[in-house]
Amino acid sequence: MNYPLYIRSAPTENELKFHYMVHTSLDVVDEKISAMGKALVDQRELYLGLLYPTEDYKVYGYVTNSKVKFVMVVDSSNTALRDNEIRSMFRKLHNSYTDVMCNPFYNPGDRIQSRAFDSMVTSMMIQVC
Amino acid sequence: MEAAAGGGCGSGPPLLLSEGEQQCYSELFARCAAAGAAGGGPGSGPPEAARAVPSAATAAAGPVADLFRASQLPAETLHQITELCGAKRVGYFGPTQFYIALKLIAAAQSGLPVRIESIKCELPLPRFLMSKTDAEIRFGNPTELHGTKVQIPYLITEKNTFKRMDDEDKQQETQSPTMSPLASPPSSPPHYQRVPLSHAYGKLRSNTEQMHPAPYEARQPLVQPEGPSSGAPGTKPPRHQASLIRSFSVEREPQDNNSNYPDEPWRITEEQREYYVNQFRSLQPDPSSFISGSVAKNFFTKSKLSIPELSYIWELSDADCDGALTLPEFCAAFHLIVARKNGYPLPEGLPPTLQTEYLQAAFPKPKRECALFDSYSESMPANQQPRDLNRMEKLSVKDMADFPVPTQDVTSDDKQGLKSTVDEALPKDVSEDPATSKDSNSLKARPRSRSYSSTSIEEAMKRGEDPPTPPPRPQKTHSRASSLDLNKVFQPSVPATKSGLLPPPPALPPRPCPSQSEQAPEAEIHPQLNRAPSQAAESSPAKKDIPYSQPPSKPIRRKFRPENPATENQDTSTAVGGPATAAAVKPHAAVQKQSSKQKKAIQTAIRKNKEANAVLARLNSELQQQLKEVHQERIALENQLEQLRPVTVL
Repeated sequence: MNYPLYIRSAPTENELKFHYMVHTSLDVVDEKISAMGKALVDQRELYLGLLYPTEDYKVYGYVTNSKVKFVMVVDSSNTALRDNEIRSMFRKLHNSYTDVMCNPFYNPGDRIQSRAFDSMVTSMMIQVC
Repeated sequence: MEAAAGGGCGSGPPLLLSEGEQQCYSELFARCAAAGAAGGGPGSGPPEAARAVPSAATAAAGPVADLFRASQLPAETLHQITELCGAKRVGYFGPTQFYIALKLIAAAQSGLPVRIESIKCELPLPRFLMSKTDAEIRFGNPTELHGTKVQIPYLITEKNTFKRMDDEDKQQETQSPTMSPLASPPSSPPHYQRVPLSHAYGKLRSNTEQMHPAPYEARQPLVQPEGPSSGAPGTKPPRHQASLIRSFSVEREPQDNNSNYPDEPWRITEEQREYYVNQFRSLQPDPSSFISGSVAKNFFTKSKLSIPELSYIWELSDADCDGALTLPEFCAAFHLIVARKNGYPLPEGLPPTLQTEYLQAAFPKPKRECALFDSYSESMPANQQPRDLNRMEKLSVKDMADFPVPTQDVTSDDKQGLKSTVDEALPKDVSEDPATSKDSNSLKARPRSRSYSSTSIEEAMKRGEDPPTPPPRPQKTHSRASSLDLNKVFQPSVPATKSGLLPPPPALPPRPCPSQSEQAPEAEIHPQLNRAPSQAAESSPAKKDIPYSQPPSKPIRRKFRPENPATENQDTSTAVGGPATAAAVKPHAAVQKQSSKQKKAIQTAIRKNKEANAVLARLNSELQQQLKEVHQERIALENQLEQLRPVTVL
């Protein structure tokens, strides 16, 4: 199932382009996790790093142990963003995601409508952009 | 209505005001007009006159601007409102403009767009938050200005005479926190942050029995009763009347004023707290542990709020995001649900009065109750079971008619003596806090029994939540009392599922009665009885009845007779002779007794099964809890792992 549980874009123009990029990057993610996950699951890194660079953007990936994928598209011109920061952002996403999961009213597979999650993502995006 | 009609410079659509709104608006208008010291203001006239003929009056811009600012709307909204209402156009705030503006303020506060169309619908009153200095500065002694009517808004500030709404149980007031009076008697400055208003007053007059969330109103910081009482003396009668009608409780929580929380709807009262705690106990007997997510989900789903809203409420209240609710978290969640059901919009963040630390600090009671209960039960294990049963009898007699029958049967059969001894324990028990009594009964979810003070809010909630979980039977095989002889006394009635068969009652003496044919089934039964201890595990369902205590077994034995006509005929080992007729007579005589004993047996069987059910259900919930904990651990470990994993370069 490759439908988005949550999708958000900062500059709201060209949103569809970002959606498309995220969708296509799912293939790359799948490729990576299948390549890496041959042996034990433990060996698989959650943070997938730069998936592929395109003309203007860099796409980073992260996958949880429950096969939920996080994809982040950032502007290439934003050179200030380091790998560590990306990692920490994914970590925050993952933590927020587990918080959402803890909510008994949330059915896994639903779109995420948690305000806490929204606010966390917003704060992250503001900090980056 | 007359507001629009009265305005000589009526612009815009005709304004339809309800009675409460009329009063409110006219007072406000009069106040603004008078405070602005506009010359021909209605200040001197009685408010009725002012209301009826506001035509000549204009409200001065200054107080009006203050009033609008007090509505706490953003500046551009106020701008829009003033434009729309036409004041800018005509250059002053006539009554029509003023009323339109007030309506628009109400609309904006309710979240509607600021449009002329918005005011066509039914709106709550606009809300104004007045600071003390404004009030003091702006407005003179209202007694000079108006007659009695004007004072009505103030009345809350006054009185300790306000009775608690909670007498009628909690939620009476109208849902919107209402408008604070613009002016206060100068001698009674501070009190309001939010003061419920004539709107409420008007509504209450019409319908005092409504359930509203505003016991919160009652708790407001207006609680400095001593202060305002001195002001505006002449207006006592209507105020008093309104106070009686409205019955806010001012004296109830004076500390609110000190804490100065502006979020009164989110403050939990004592009764509410108790109710929440009881509900918590119904889901989870131990007040210091937590309710798992699924249990809470089922429970809150009964409130019939939408899932996204419930999801949001959960998000707000589960502070540590662990997927389980502790008691303060649960109270907060419940409170939010209650508020939502009564029309309050959900807050953006958890209000300070609902946060865990605050709740724990403010309400240590549940722990105390819990401790009480524990010590009590520890100290009196001996009486626990009969007490439980008896209490259950009482409770069930109160509420559920089905239970008393088996329990009373068993009680009467087995514990005549015990019953008398624990009777004196009973009144003490029942007078305990209902929560603890229910705890000791370990009766879950008896919503009706719990509502000793049947509040309408409780009923409203219960309609949605009735019954959360099936009531488990009191655990007769309670661990503490297991060593008790009482257990053994009871066990006759709890054979198969619980502990297997007891040593069956000693073999009954063969009936001396003349029936030889009786002897046949008796002989049949006796071997059965004798076999029972040796075949405890293999007891047939029919034999289940046998190990009952002595009295039932006798009639059961008789029961077997008609049930086993075959055996009668079969077993002719003993001399069969003579009194077959007597045998025939005896069954007739014993038929009624048998049917009642049958019923008793069935009921005891039902009860046993229910107990087993309860045990299994409890086990299930414990396992679910464990599962949840393991899940949490797993997630935490996942996170840790991810953090500790060495950085690999792709």
